[in-house]
Amino acid sequence: MIEFTDIRKVYGDDTVLGPVSGRIPAGGVTSLVGPNGAGKSTLLTIIGRLAEPTSGTVTVDGLDVHRAKSQDVARTLSVLRQENHFTARVTVRELVSFGRFPHSRGRLTREDVTHVDDALDFLHLGDLQHRYLDQLSGGQRQRAYVAMVLAQDTRYVLLDEPLNNLDMKHSVRMMAQLRRAADELGKTVVLIVHDINFAAAYSDRIIALRDGRIAASDTVEAMMRAEVLTEVFDTPVRIHEVDGTRTAVYYR
Amino acid sequence: MRRLPLLLATLCVLALVTASLFIGGYDIDLRALFTDPEARRMFLISRVPRTLALVLAAAAMAVSGVIMQMLVQNRFVEPTTTGTSEWAALGVLLLTLLVPGASPLLKMGAASAFAFAGALVFLVVLGRIGLKSQVIVPIVGIMLGALVSAATLYIASSTNLLQMLATWRSGGFSSVVRGNYEPLWVVGAIVVGLYLLADRFTIAGLGRSTATSLGLPYRRIMFIGLIMVALAAGVTTVVVGFIPFLGLIVPNLVSMARGDDVRGNLPWVVLSSVALMIACDLVGRLIVFPLEIPATVVLGAFGAVVFVAMILRQRGKAHV
Repeated sequence: MIEFTDIRKVYGDDTVLGPVSGRIPAGGVTSLVGPNGAGKSTLLTIIGRLAEPTSGTVTVDGLDVHRAKSQDVARTLSVLRQENHFTARVTVRELVSFGRFPHSRGRLTREDVTHVDDALDFLHLGDLQHRYLDQLSGGQRQRAYVAMVLAQDTRYVLLDEPLNNLDMKHSVRMMAQLRRAADELGKTVVLIVHDINFAAAYSDRIIALRDGRIAASDTVEAMMRAEVLTEVFDTPVRIHEVDGTRTAVYYR
Repeated sequence: MRRLPLLLATLCVLALVTASLFIGGYDIDLRALFTDPEARRMFLISRVPRTLALVLAAAAMAVSGVIMQMLVQNRFVEPTTTGTSEWAALGVLLLTLLVPGASPLLKMGAASAFAFAGALVFLVVLGRIGLKSQVIVPIVGIMLGALVSAATLYIASSTNLLQMLATWRSGGFSSVVRGNYEPLWVVGAIVVGLYLLADRFTIAGLGRSTATSLGLPYRRIMFIGLIMVALAAGVTTVVVGFIPFLGLIVPNLVSMARGDDVRGNLPWVVLSSVALMIACDLVGRLIVFPLEIPATVVLGAFGAVVFVAMILRQRGKAHV
């Protein structure tokens, strides 16, 4: 279980997040949604210990992620973030092998190789494994990074906007693969999604942030209601049942 | 079979090393080495140190380039495009003023300390302006270097050390003799260090977030890497002056051919930069024989062309 308590992030006089507290249970897919500047990304990067909170603590399965040894945290939790204006010229297989770094410190054992192979298979990257990252399309590269995270074999996987820059087809595939990672590999997946309907279609729980606070947090069923979403996104949202899924309509 | 290309490359470098040992103003051949004590003395005092200095300085610049490119996540950085070498020179000048007749070791300490500070200044400036463009980063570095150089020049001219500065900066390898190149051996330790930490530098090259997610102590690797670069650049600057572009073009050419696996690339990076350095030195020694053009000038001319070609190639890609 991920537990964050009284998390605040302050830049100068500007409080961008918090104080927020909450829990994300182990297992399943949890989406963080909310308008721009709501603090989703800040919360995710703090949980993933890529940023220090101004105050508050985060524990993952009892491990204090900001105080425990980075290597130990890296065996429990992995976090993937968009940051690449520089693409290292490593092959897909090399990248995925780096996922084993917290376990092997660079010397791959046979077990590590199995994990790498499995991760490549899981994301159908077998044919691309010897290609360099800078020879791939955005969607393929994104898949390679997700494979790296799966090879890291952590119980918790955090992703900051994994659908960013993906077209419709690749977005659907990515979400389906993350769903499978939760269902078949028992991962706890936490991700930021912009499209509320994507979140609803593939998640178990949704946490909605607004103005640096948690505006609502519940199962998809409970969250996909007109009054909740209208409030969160500050824009009129109607809910329609489409193919048995609650779908938000807010285009006009 | 996979080792074969590496073996051939090693033989090429050995051939160049041999050529460097036996070419020069004073005629020495293999037989003279055994029969003529004067030739042997000359060989040991001048030729061997010069060649070793070429090898070690080349390795130093190449290794610095690789480390900086991974840490800064930019293809175009190395000590001479980030101001690091210029800071080292400033350090040596200030030390010469404060402690006239300082030992070479002390000079190297000052040069390395200033190189380290300079690299930090560069990183802080980069962090402040938050650049996304690959091409602008080295331009910022070169501008910083020019500022530091100007300060160095001003101090030198107002203290009558201009001549010393000029001789030393363009000195290159012709003045290397036994007794003044030995500190370059520290480069050997840096190469070994890079080999041991290679994976960590490759991972650092994936960016701070990814590296942290993988449990890499990012700050520590950054610190260790900068220390290694500062030592390599400091020592090289003191012994042979600036060696432009070497740390930039060689790692990039190797990366284009083989990717960014730092450990696998290391032998190639070292061998190619040694080969290029010695080749430039030989050209410099032969075209105006018996006078010589400093190897760094030859390298600068060649390197500048490759640098521009690389920038143009980069512009063809999406990430600029």
